[in-house]
Amino acid sequence: MSTTPRPIDSDADALAVDAAFVIERLRGFIADGVRKVGFERAIVGLSGGVDSALVTALAVSSLGTDNIVAIFMPYRSSDPQSQIDAFAVCDSLGIVAKVVDITPQVDAYFDRFPDADRTRRGNKMARERMSILYDHSMAERALVLGTSNKTELLLGYGTLFGDMASALNPIGDLYKTQVYALARALGLPNSVLTKPPSADLWVGQSDEDELGMRYAVVDQVLHLLVDERRSRAEVIALGFDPSEVDQIVARVRGSQYKRRPPVIAKLSNRTIDREFRYPRDWGR
Amino acid sequence: MVLERSRAGVTPTGPEVADATPDAPAPAQAPEPEATANPAGAVIVALAQYYPRLGDVGANLAAHLTIIGGAAAAGAGLVVFPELSLTGYFLKDQVPEVALSLDSAEVGALRDASRESGIDIVAGLILESERHQFHNASLYLSGGEVIHVHRKVYLPTYGLFDEQRYLAAGDRFRAFDVPLGGHPEHHWRAGILICEDLWHPSAAVLLARQGVDLIICPSASPGRGLLQGESVGTASSYDVMTRTYAQLFTTYVLYCNRSGFEDGVGFWGGSRVVDPVGAVVAEVQGAQESVLFHSLERSAIRRARVAYPLLRDERNDVNDAETDRLRRRRARG
Repeated sequence: MSTTPRPIDSDADALAVDAAFVIERLRGFIADGVRKVGFERAIVGLSGGVDSALVTALAVSSLGTDNIVAIFMPYRSSDPQSQIDAFAVCDSLGIVAKVVDITPQVDAYFDRFPDADRTRRGNKMARERMSILYDHSMAERALVLGTSNKTELLLGYGTLFGDMASALNPIGDLYKTQVYALARALGLPNSVLTKPPSADLWVGQSDEDELGMRYAVVDQVLHLLVDERRSRAEVIALGFDPSEVDQIVARVRGSQYKRRPPVIAKLSNRTIDREFRYPRDWGR
Repeated sequence: MVLERSRAGVTPTGPEVADATPDAPAPAQAPEPEATANPAGAVIVALAQYYPRLGDVGANLAAHLTIIGGAAAAGAGLVVFPELSLTGYFLKDQVPEVALSLDSAEVGALRDASRESGIDIVAGLILESERHQFHNASLYLSGGEVIHVHRKVYLPTYGLFDEQRYLAAGDRFRAFDVPLGGHPEHHWRAGILICEDLWHPSAAVLLARQGVDLIICPSASPGRGLLQGESVGTASSYDVMTRTYAQLFTTYVLYCNRSGFEDGVGFWGGSRVVDPVGAVVAEVQGAQESVLFHSLERSAIRRARVAYPLLRDERNDVNDAETDRLRRRRARG
């Protein structure tokens, strides 16, 4: 192939966002999505990371401080910095986070399954947090907002029915680097903008270590593959590492099940989501 | 003007639901009405950038009647609603559930409103034929009658669109005369293009050949490609198309897009009036619900056609000959 590989970073412009415009659109999305189902309030699980900080900031901007329930749900091994950062986000937004420690319920469970590895434990924590959010959703009449970004969703880097569960996800069409751009535009505390991304499910966990790649590269490759519909060969010809591209392609395909509702055995003439097709906003 | 629309309880004259622009071939070139002593007729149009409730025809009809009343009270002679304004857009399996016939009570209520309020109305709906085909259609109502039906010809079925799964396509682009501005002796000639129809220039050419003064474009355009701002998203395409058609065909273009969200997809609004030299003379800034008023001047059309006699110079004979040649070649395979 005669194509001269161009420097990888030249693709970064493709991920640029018009922050003011996108923020305005997402404010409208949240207000509309919450109110059309009969709610006035939204609930967010704050982790101390940039994704949940951005979603909380957008929700506050959209619905007002009185209409946001923010819950911080630490485990005993959570990085203490996470709580400091989560509280800093709340301070900057003029809200107060409720703290629900998940240690008792997680430990009670794994006392019965002491051999569980850290992945099982991490998934369990994510699902405990989900169940707490949905319980408080009912108690507070607040709709659960999702905090999974497009990078995580495409790579399947999230827990099914855990942090991937929500009613409305304002940031699911934004790559991680775009999440940072909006978070910066909204003036979120520097600590959440500068620390390395982590799910904080075990001590020292790092997204980029676990993925084995930098978000800056992953996002460019995903953008080329998904948004621009470039082929694997075209992406590699642009100068990206073939093994990283293959790894990303494999992760996207391998995690497709996480992005779809459960598979229903086809029997009748009108099966849900196959021939029975209604918008979610049916009659709203 | 032949009004073949039947009111409820009256047998339609056609085999199907009668068409205001019947199957007789449209004239290749519009007959030119003589200019009257007062060619400078003007009419206020209202573009209702409305947010329909998805699948709730009753609620949408009530909102239409309110907006119609308000527009009439503000002195408008025509109020335009977006594509599928009575039903919402991403209907999926609701299509047969929300479909209306021209004899329905809902269309009857719009007829009554057009008569009682003295205002012409363009409204969007799922129109069911007697053979139970479902069309994405816009009605033009005036003086208590449906005087034109446009069934969307180009049904987008790509990307986030899935219209051909649920809908039947229309098969014609017909101009029609409307007594806008209270000058029945000097009708304005209008044509309707629904959203995706606008993306096919042959549709606008066909209306121009029928002498339209006014291209009415009801739309339900979802915003996408928005990460770098609206100027590079869908809105920029419509900006180019509406200005280009207005300028090349020296007609007014009324673009009425909707507001709101459906399943997380936001419609970007931006309803606008483009004048016959391609200038945007009124526009809604943004996607919020609003009604845009603007006065259309016949004299603006006259000035445009004096300055740019493009329609006079259009070589329809060349177009016809070349089209015939291509058709013969295709017939030969």
